[in-house]
Amino acid sequence: MGRYLARRLAFALLLVLVVSSSALLLTRLAPGDFAAEQGLDLDAASRERLRLDLGLDQPIAQQYLSWLGGVVRFDFGTSLLYSRPVSAIVGERAVNTAVLAAIALIVATLVGVPLGIYSGTSTGPGRSIVRTLSIIGLSVPPLVGSLALVFVAARTGWFPVGGMTSSASGALSATEWLADLARHLPLPALALALPLAASLERLQSEAIAAASHESFVAASRARGVDRMRTILHHAWPVSLRPVLGFYGVMIGSLFSGSFIVEVVTSWPGLGRLMFDALKARDMFLVAGCAATGALFLAAGTLVADLLLAYTDPRVRSGERR
Amino acid sequence: MIRRAVVLLVILAAFAMVAPVLAPYGAGDAFRDFLHAPPMRPHLDGLSPRVHPLVLADRLEQRFEPDRSRSVKLPWVERDEHAPVFLMGADDFGRDVLSRLLYGARTSIGLALVATLGAVLIGAFAGAFAGYQGGWIDDAIMRIADFVLVLPAIYVVLVLRAMLPLVLPATTVFLLISWIFVVVGWPFVAKGVRGIVAAEAGREYVQAARSLGASPLRILTVHLIPACAGHLVVQATLLLPAYILAEATLSFIGLGFPDPVASWGTMLAGAGNYNAVSRFPWTLTPALAIFAVVLATNLVAANDAPRSR
Repeated sequence: MGRYLARRLAFALLLVLVVSSSALLLTRLAPGDFAAEQGLDLDAASRERLRLDLGLDQPIAQQYLSWLGGVVRFDFGTSLLYSRPVSAIVGERAVNTAVLAAIALIVATLVGVPLGIYSGTSTGPGRSIVRTLSIIGLSVPPLVGSLALVFVAARTGWFPVGGMTSSASGALSATEWLADLARHLPLPALALALPLAASLERLQSEAIAAASHESFVAASRARGVDRMRTILHHAWPVSLRPVLGFYGVMIGSLFSGSFIVEVVTSWPGLGRLMFDALKARDMFLVAGCAATGALFLAAGTLVADLLLAYTDPRVRSGERR
Repeated sequence: MIRRAVVLLVILAAFAMVAPVLAPYGAGDAFRDFLHAPPMRPHLDGLSPRVHPLVLADRLEQRFEPDRSRSVKLPWVERDEHAPVFLMGADDFGRDVLSRLLYGARTSIGLALVATLGAVLIGAFAGAFAGYQGGWIDDAIMRIADFVLVLPAIYVVLVLRAMLPLVLPATTVFLLISWIFVVVGWPFVAKGVRGIVAAEAGREYVQAARSLGASPLRILTVHLIPACAGHLVVQATLLLPAYILAEATLSFIGLGFPDPVASWGTMLAGAGNYNAVSRFPWTLTPALAIFAVVLATNLVAANDAPRSR
């Protein structure tokens, strides 16, 4: 177990380093730099001065090495766009994205898994209704879902649209702020959770249907254990493997999905920040965002794999399935 | 599933080619007096469908009302430049949403098809080469594939696209984006192909071909890659909707096609703000088109599940 963890941690570190380095270098090599993207109100001379001040004229190797030197000391440089330390900006935004992703993940789990258990074990008409709803849900990618929900919100006024809190949130107390956040959260979280809940429902449904055919399920029923208890205590744990395996995949989907949801609903998260940083050629901010994203990704897949190992000892020992 | 998937791919390709011919107006035809005109409902006049032309009721509110005293024929039958017919409404430049949706189908589905073809070809060859050669070449190719697979694809697309000049002509954008899509898509194909090829390479028919003096290239293209046909079709059906969605995402944030080009993404870009969504919801029709394509691929994939169990 120790070796397994060490190998995974080494991989995570490598992933963060490679992703953030390539993001930095690609942004540096791209045509145009931060000074060139500063609009038309800057004449050529002040553009040059800005370049000198920010050190944009230095050779690429020197820039990269000094950035790397900072990263070792957890100093990710200063954002050119916001003139603040990258770690501070990225930290704020990463929390917002994490809140959105976590809520979406919880909603998707609470909706998808029970529905999957139901549709995989029942034979009634509810089964095909759930299945149909799932296939429709699978077909609503976050871009389409968030636009549809913005339309619904605009027409009905059920949810506020745009941002994480109302503009006057500065004057609110902590509880009022939380209530405000809770009103802004459903729309983006729902758009993000819908296709994931549908995927989970399909997976869980197929897995538990397969597990229900195992002989120990029949044996438990034959001994007179009631149906509900057999499903939940005997069939469900066995069917968890493919479902938990999907959580590793879902971390990536959450990230990809949250980008467009953040753009459509103006959620101030990591995705929007990275997009703004890319457009402004703010290479340090781009690298910081990429590093944080890679860290989330590595941590997410690690947690998913550990969950998998917890339910299946074969993975723990490194044995192939 | 494989036969149905092939049928779906052919239908989509045919639709992308034919769609612009069906469009009543050009993709760029702007009717300046009809900005944000709502969809017009056709009615039957005897046997021929007619439409009441719109009159501007309030210029400030951009409110239109049908003029019930007159009726015009549908644009496929007879075009009247002063009384254009918008069956799905008009966008912020007074362009017919239906026509742009059909022209957009060519751009969006066409781009997705080109990228899918590229990813399948490159993925098939990279995977087959890795599986056939084995050793460090196999290791290297699969490590790269795994690395690309770990990253959230839309961010890779975003970074690669943002690295290139932001303003480019439409044809250059088409080629660049399809290449970027190929870069993120090929590993999905390559992984499966590698597995199949590695398993098949030891089979008798491959040994027979080799003993008859067939070159590795011939063995790969004539014997091994056809063995992966099923996997290739499945991957193509999965990649296609993902690419359509990726184009929509890129164009939505302004990194895709430049505005006059009709694509489902550029159309949504104009429709995506709160004000437009609440007042002119008909401009969101491309979202429905995307939903329809994704639903079609999901239905093709889903009906298969019970049998494979």
